Amino acid sequence: MKILVCISNVPDTTSKINFKDNNTQFDTTAVQFVINPNDEFGLTRAMWFKEKSGASIDVISVGDASVEASLRKALAIGADAAIRIDTIPKDGFSVATEIAAVIKDKNYDLIIAGRESIDYNGGMVPGILAHLLGYEFINKCTALEVEGSTVKAEREIEGGKEVLSSSLPLVIGGQKGLVEEKDLKIPNMRGIMTARSKPLEVITPQGTAELSTDVTFDKPETKSDITMIPADQLDLLINHLHNDAKVI
Amino acid sequence: MSVLAFIESNNGSFKKSDLEVASYAAALAAATNTEAIALVFNSDDCSPLGTYGISKALKVSTEQFNASSYAATIEVATTQEAATVLICSSSSNSKYIAPLVAASLKAAYVPNVIALPESGTYPRNVFSNKGIAHTKVNSELSIIGIAPNTYGVHENPTQINQIDFNLVSSSSKTQSTSTETASDKISIADADIVVSAGRGLKGPENWGMIEELAQVLGAATACSKPVSDMGWRPHSEHVGQTGKPVSCNLYFAIGISGAIQHLAGVSASKTKVVINTDPEAPFFKAADYGIVGDAFEVVPQLIEKLKAFKSENS
Ligand SMILES: Cc1cc2nc3c(=O)[nH]c(=O)nc-3n(C[C@H](O)[C@H](O)[C@H](O)COP(=O)(O)OP(=O)(O)OC[C@H]3O[C@@H](n4cnc5c(N)ncnc54)[C@H](O)[C@@H]3O)c2cc1C
Ligand SMILES: Nc1ncnc2c1ncn2[C@@H]1O[C@H](COP(=O)(O)O)[C@@H](O)[C@H]1O
Repeated sequence: MKILVCISNVPDTTSKINFKDNNTQFDTTAVQFVINPNDEFGLTRAMWFKEKSGASIDVISVGDASVEASLRKALAIGADAAIRIDTIPKDGFSVATEIAAVIKDKNYDLIIAGRESIDYNGGMVPGILAHLLGYEFINKCTALEVEGSTVKAEREIEGGKEVLSSSLPLVIGGQKGLVEEKDLKIPNMRGIMTARSKPLEVITPQGTAELSTDVTFDKPETKSDITMIPADQLDLLINHLHNDAKVI
Repeated sequence: MSVLAFIESNNGSFKKSDLEVASYAAALAAATNTEAIALVFNSDDCSPLGTYGISKALKVSTEQFNASSYAATIEVATTQEAATVLICSSSSNSKYIAPLVAASLKAAYVPNVIALPESGTYPRNVFSNKGIAHTKVNSELSIIGIAPNTYGVHENPTQINQIDFNLVSSSSKTQSTSTETASDKISIADADIVVSAGRGLKGPENWGMIEELAQVLGAATACSKPVSDMGWRPHSEHVGQTGKPVSCNLYFAIGISGAIQHLAGVSASKTKVVINTDPEAPFFKAADYGIVGDAFEVVPQLIEKLKAFKSENS
């Protein structure tokens, strides 16, 4: 089985979010970038297939040279080869179109992407990619088994889960559940050493126009002050929730 | 020209998120002098949508959810009704279908939108609610996903015309084989009130009072990430940046410190109440009401007082 894992390079979850240039750009000063958490679950599931049945794993990211640290980390965890499409991502449509153009002849059986990137929260690259390639698609995928070309999967729905049957070739938008937190792999020394000699191919983009543009940014209003309630005056809380907040 | 709303319905009845989509579509249609039309799955009677400003309902009936067949049906309706904007919710199904329609019709998909467009841009949540982007659409058709419980429901009584509409079948090999939902529980996505508890509760055996509090309030239960990682509660209850997002009216955080990843996922909730022994817990900075106290003392008392309040006010 040939697997491709899509990696988006995102600010670490603890990052403070600020904007610059008159609020037109995300300010990356002092921001640490990591593999998107949803993609980390996907990469670990890919490693499981590799260890079980000898699948090969390529990883791909659309971005400038700064995303190579995340690609090298994925190689250190165990991916075999990396591809970087050398352009700054503009919107989900252009990212998916660039990826589709590079991989359309590579015949991947399974493409694992995340349900969303935690930066722009688009939640669209895997679905658009599946459509462009004519692959099957399962979003918010929380479990994935492959037998030959038959797929059994689960996805999250409101208040529960749905069990699905599908077939390869397939794209998933994956999330926690594919593997658990405790299964996430951390690169070891040997992995880090061998990653240095694994191929990382840099490809020139074809240049896809974006369908949407983030023109400006701002931050949500900060909270007004908190009302403290003494622990022995809970009637006061009920009163506030009923009369002021009007939520009970 | 028209604004088309994709409305799922829940076995024929409409959830608040459906009515929010209808309200938003109607307001957008009014602002652009066009018609607000709904494509509605599995509801015989769409008259409730008229209350929220929808003037035409295209009714589709189907046995089972199928993303590619739903997407193909939406595409036909979009073209037939010359829609320039398609409005969707943030449900799992909407987020499954919208990218497929976007790719097929070369339409921009703008998710997590929190208000009507202003000066040609849609405001939407980004960076897990830590930022807002103002997004301009460059394509002829826009697909707008509404963040839950943000625009709200707005009545606008309108005469509604209901017409049957054909489901487009699909050759997709992805098929649902079964679904499992807890029918006795309110889901986090649909709940107006969520009662959430963290590591401060010390162990799974102490969740009885959390469930009771939720029951008194008609609330869903949720938990912080370590609580689900340790297996104290099911993963389906994990909320936050890497779990489920919460955007309810009232959020109780009991024995939860308020780590940035937790806050990012729940901050869209309107009123937040924190119960924590530590007055320095970061959650107090993000909350509306705070109680410094031991959950094991405060929660049982709160349950009793709420029961009394409910019986007086029912
Ligand atoms: C990549 C990444 C993603 C993450 N994503 C998420 C996420 O999506 N959701 C999430 O929740 N976390 C997430 N986390 C974890 C997060 O950083 C915190 O570790 C977690 O939220 C802490 O959970 P907690 O508040 O339950 O526990 P703790 O931080 O241990 O807090 C327990 C709190 O309970 C209080 N307490 C103790 N006893 C009592 C008592 N008797 N009565 C009342 N209060 C009491 C304590 O004062 C303390 O404030 C993520 C972390 C990382 C690195
Ligand atoms: N720049 C990118 N390069 C490679 N994959 C990406 C990129 N952006 C998004 N993806 C993939 O698509 C998923 C969903 O991202 P998004 O649609 O941006 O929310 C991510 O989890 C990645 O797997």
